[in-house]
Amino acid sequence: MVLTIIKYNAGNIQSVLYALERIGMEAVVTDDHEAIMAADKVIFPGVGEASSAMRYLQERNLDKLIWQLKQPVLGICLGMQLMCRYSEENNTDCLGIFDEKVKLFRPEEHAKRHHLLHGLNEMLAMREASMLRDNVEEEAEPVLKIPQIGWNNIYNLKTSLFEGIKEESYCYFVHGYYAALGEHTIATTDYVQPYSSALHRDNFYGVQFHPEKSAEVGERILKNFVELI
Amino acid sequence: MTENNYAARGLTKRIIPCLDIKDGRTVKGTNFVDLRDAGDPVELGALYAQQGADELVFLDITATVEKRKTLSELVNKISHHINIPFTVGGGIASVEDVSVLLQNGADKISVNTAAYKRPGLIRELERSFGSQCVVLAIDTKKEEDGEWYVYLNGGRTKTETRCVDWARHAVELGAGEILLTSMNHDGTKQGFALDITRTLATQLPVPVIASGGGGTMQHFVDVFEEGKADAGLAASIFHFKEMGIGELKQYLKGKAVNVRIEE
Repeated sequence: MVLTIIKYNAGNIQSVLYALERIGMEAVVTDDHEAIMAADKVIFPGVGEASSAMRYLQERNLDKLIWQLKQPVLGICLGMQLMCRYSEENNTDCLGIFDEKVKLFRPEEHAKRHHLLHGLNEMLAMREASMLRDNVEEEAEPVLKIPQIGWNNIYNLKTSLFEGIKEESYCYFVHGYYAALGEHTIATTDYVQPYSSALHRDNFYGVQFHPEKSAEVGERILKNFVELI
Repeated sequence: MTENNYAARGLTKRIIPCLDIKDGRTVKGTNFVDLRDAGDPVELGALYAQQGADELVFLDITATVEKRKTLSELVNKISHHINIPFTVGGGIASVEDVSVLLQNGADKISVNTAAYKRPGLIRELERSFGSQCVVLAIDTKKEEDGEWYVYLNGGRTKTETRCVDWARHAVELGAGEILLTSMNHDGTKQGFALDITRTLATQLPVPVIASGGGGTMQHFVDVFEEGKADAGLAASIFHFKEMGIGELKQYLKGKAVNVRIEE
């Protein structure tokens, strides 16, 4: 089994390599086209900014190469986002393997919805106990922070990538942009709104979270990719 | 899901043990003095990860130029053995310092005194590595005038800058997270500084990690509920087994605080 990690100008490659070592897998980090084509499995990691990463891939023809891959490919974080059609991050046209669009989290939209809901609740409360209304103290809504940093649930899990992973398991996320829900969604997470925390089409898989930093759950997902996909 | 109808989705509150490192060993002082030895950082970190810690912070308190290599070797060892994110801090003053630590597997770095003395450092780090890995650590103390001021050099040097002003400026420059330590509370086990934590957590668009004073499990409930902190950090209560991380998270869950507990 030859496992290859695509080397490009995005962080976290070491972390992915070390995580694979922890589960007893060795991997080669390379940007050599032949080596990538010949691999049994390919991991496309990434932490960084979309447009500069795309430019880097294009300059080295890695964008075309990724399209040609027939073996299982796993995009991680920015890697997954780059496999989508388009990213709002500096208006970047991406690889287009997944049809989903990558958008910026907009907490103000969440706040608007919250206020609508809040208004509705207040109306109901008025109807049921109008005398209580004067005593309602407005609690300041905590600011939703962008990027999302931390542990969040994954649910509606599909494909053998999530074999043995319980619904609502926790994974570690660090991202300010998200892929919308779509036909390729194989895991969902809620932040501001539900979005795709994993995508799948043919031999291509992508996860928004960092399996290499997601404790036992993440290690199991990496193991599944290596052993089951 | 059976006995508990509270099944919250969404981003959880984080529990972060902090390991102070000196000469490759874990130490923790009370009010920044009286260091005590509490074990091997890699082993201890792996144990915390297993117990359900959400992240780890390693602070090299004797970081000097000649020790830099020792630290990067330690970071490399940590990243091979630990499967959760971790931050490394202590004496970081340049893009080069950070580059070495990230290459060895650190997820984030924290800057303190050097960033205060040269705020441009934060922007340089943000440009080079992204704000998600730039944590600004602030040691702060409430003075008799009721204001919180920034302290430098591990709390030894007072400045005239208000904590909230420095935090806001640093976020504008690109800090992606604030690690806030109250010197009034650190080591007292009397609870976190709820007022300044809440001020920063509700006014800044980045997560705030509250540090200093956590002594009981209720203190953590308070810092999340009242202080609106995104994460709670503590050291000696975990190192000396006064509080188990698993036990703390169960308690928080019982108080309807959304935390990560894998069944």
